[in-house]
Amino acid sequence: MQKRAIFGGKTLPYLLLLPQLFVVGVFFYWPASQAVWQSFLLEDAFGLNTSFVWFENYKELFADAGYYRTMLTTGVFAIMVAGLSLSLALLLAVQADKSIHGAGVYKTLLIWPYAVAPAVAGVLWIFMFQPSLGVIAHAMRNFGIDWNPLLNGNDALLLVVMASTWKQISYNFLFFLAGLQSIPRAVIEAAAIDGASRTRRFWTIILPLLSPTVFFLVVVNIVYVFFDTFGIIDAMTQGGPSKATETLVYKVFFDGRLGGNLGSSAAQSVILMVMVVALTAVQFRFIERKVAY
Amino acid sequence: MASVELTNIKKVYPGNVEAVRDVSLTVPNGSFTVLLGPSGCGKSTLLRMIAGLETITSGTCKIGERVVNEIEPAERDIAMVFQNYALYPHMSVYDNMAYGLKNRGTPKSEIEKRVREAAALLAIEDYLTRKPRALSGGQRQRVAMGRAIVREPQVFLFDEPLSNLDAKLRVTMRLEIKRLHNRLNATSIFVTHDQVEAMTLADQVVVMNAGKIEQIGAPGEVYKHPASRFVASFIGAPAMNLMPGRIAEAGSVETPGGKLPFDAKRFSASGEVEVGIRPEDIRTADGANGVPFKAELVEELGATRLLHGNFGTTPIIVAIPASGTQYESKEVRLTVDPAAVHLFDRTTGRSLAR
Ligand SMILES: Nc1ncnc2c1ncn2[C@@H]1O[C@H](COP(=O)(O)OP(=O)(O)O)[C@@H](O)[C@H]1O
Ligand SMILES: [Mg+2]
Repeated sequence: MQKRAIFGGKTLPYLLLLPQLFVVGVFFYWPASQAVWQSFLLEDAFGLNTSFVWFENYKELFADAGYYRTMLTTGVFAIMVAGLSLSLALLLAVQADKSIHGAGVYKTLLIWPYAVAPAVAGVLWIFMFQPSLGVIAHAMRNFGIDWNPLLNGNDALLLVVMASTWKQISYNFLFFLAGLQSIPRAVIEAAAIDGASRTRRFWTIILPLLSPTVFFLVVVNIVYVFFDTFGIIDAMTQGGPSKATETLVYKVFFDGRLGGNLGSSAAQSVILMVMVVALTAVQFRFIERKVAY
Repeated sequence: MASVELTNIKKVYPGNVEAVRDVSLTVPNGSFTVLLGPSGCGKSTLLRMIAGLETITSGTCKIGERVVNEIEPAERDIAMVFQNYALYPHMSVYDNMAYGLKNRGTPKSEIEKRVREAAALLAIEDYLTRKPRALSGGQRQRVAMGRAIVREPQVFLFDEPLSNLDAKLRVTMRLEIKRLHNRLNATSIFVTHDQVEAMTLADQVVVMNAGKIEQIGAPGEVYKHPASRFVASFIGAPAMNLMPGRIAEAGSVETPGGKLPFDAKRFSASGEVEVGIRPEDIRTADGANGVPFKAELVEELGATRLLHGNFGTTPIIVAIPASGTQYESKEVRLTVDPAAVHLFDRTTGRSLAR
């Protein structure tokens, strides 16, 4: 099939690209370049004077133990959320893929969490787990489990992990389900005739065939944890207690908005930007090299 | 090797789709049985029930001496070749063939030996390290067969394995499957909608229609003595000419084109019937005998030519050997060997043969 469009001159194609370039320019390149510029500036305590300081903001950042702690928190957070939401979503997708009774209802219910805004999700989970109000917190106390995300950093992190996981499962589920349904049924049947048990079929046939989806979702989930969990954290813990749930993005916001340290905040966003670009590059490289079978 | 015995098999899919209704069939040990019928007649469903990929709604399925209704596919000791090959895309050709043996805990050296043997038999030794996507259709087909062979199963099941190949390759692979069957001395059940495939491969043809068996017989038998109007029209190309008829006197049937004698010893018929005559059983005659016929269209097929025209009021096809004679728009006379006239019940479509 002919996919290439043929244009007479050179003006028209550029003209057609213009709106897209404009959008990308205004909403990505301009703020990005602003961030880079800001990261080289230092504002005095009263916001009266700004001076150009080259990499001073970055140096300070990398000398700060708090920044490494936030990185570690973000890493742990990302691994937990990505690991949990991917494995739970895969489990649910495998169940949904079997032609079970009421599969339609089951799928619809699973997709709902995705339609909930992050902040709303955070509030929902707070209602359930808030030590004094929460239904589940109450039940847990009755079982003698000491639970207080307002004071205990690990409890808080766990809470944010659960809410973020819950929110992300739908997305992963949809991709896993689509991936599973694209595996020809005859291939699975051939494996069954070949004497592979249900579990063996999963590990030796289904999962390898799903690996492009898994890889894609790992990257998407990491990006999700890095950026989109902001709303959840802001609604639930504001990064506390004592920064136990502060992720890199939350720190950008905290230092920039609340701490008033714009230069450092900008430097942090530039570092985040570099990370995402790197992740995306890895993903593209991988997809180019190893497309679906 | 083992026989397969189906008794009163039924399959009803959810939504009350009756895919197979009351099928009984014996596939003798070592037989090459072909299930033949139009698309949607339940062939695949029947095969998949034998494989254990579909539950059997009612009836029993026996492989060898064992009733296998409730037995998992893996335990039935069968191998299946699928229409789209169903190779494992992420495994090499070698691993594709070895997978079933690995699952069964066969020792490595034994696996190696059997895979190499099968690969040699199918001439795919050079591709053992390749992935399926790097193979042509014909090569994939061979790998799929290799995967079945290494298991040394009791029964081979084939579901239209040749329908994705081009016409030339189909003929080669057809012969190869037959050769393999003879060599392995296996019991094979082969599903196809292609009557030529069925006729060339089978020692037993099972003609199916709408979930039921129409006729079971050797290829020559279903061709020469079709048990129903359906079998008569489904087998043979071009299809058998069918026309209404009335038995006027013993051994003679009145058709739109005139009176035709038939073999009264073979058929017990009276009143209204359906008359069937194969295009290749009609001859042209020079004399004043026979039914007048004018060919409106002539198709040259090389060795034969097909004359299209009207037999009285019924359009028919006549197949005659190619010759220099000019037939178009020329009136000729047709004669039919009485032994080649088939009679069917007008309402049930069953053959009226005694
Ligand atoms: N999984 C299924 N669910 C419902 N109906 C089915 C299913 N598989 C096949 N059928 C129906 O059963 C009938 C026989 O199908 P099949 O055995 O595949 O026919 P064939 O192989 O002869 O073309 C068809 O009418 C088909 O639509
Ligand atoms: Mg079929």
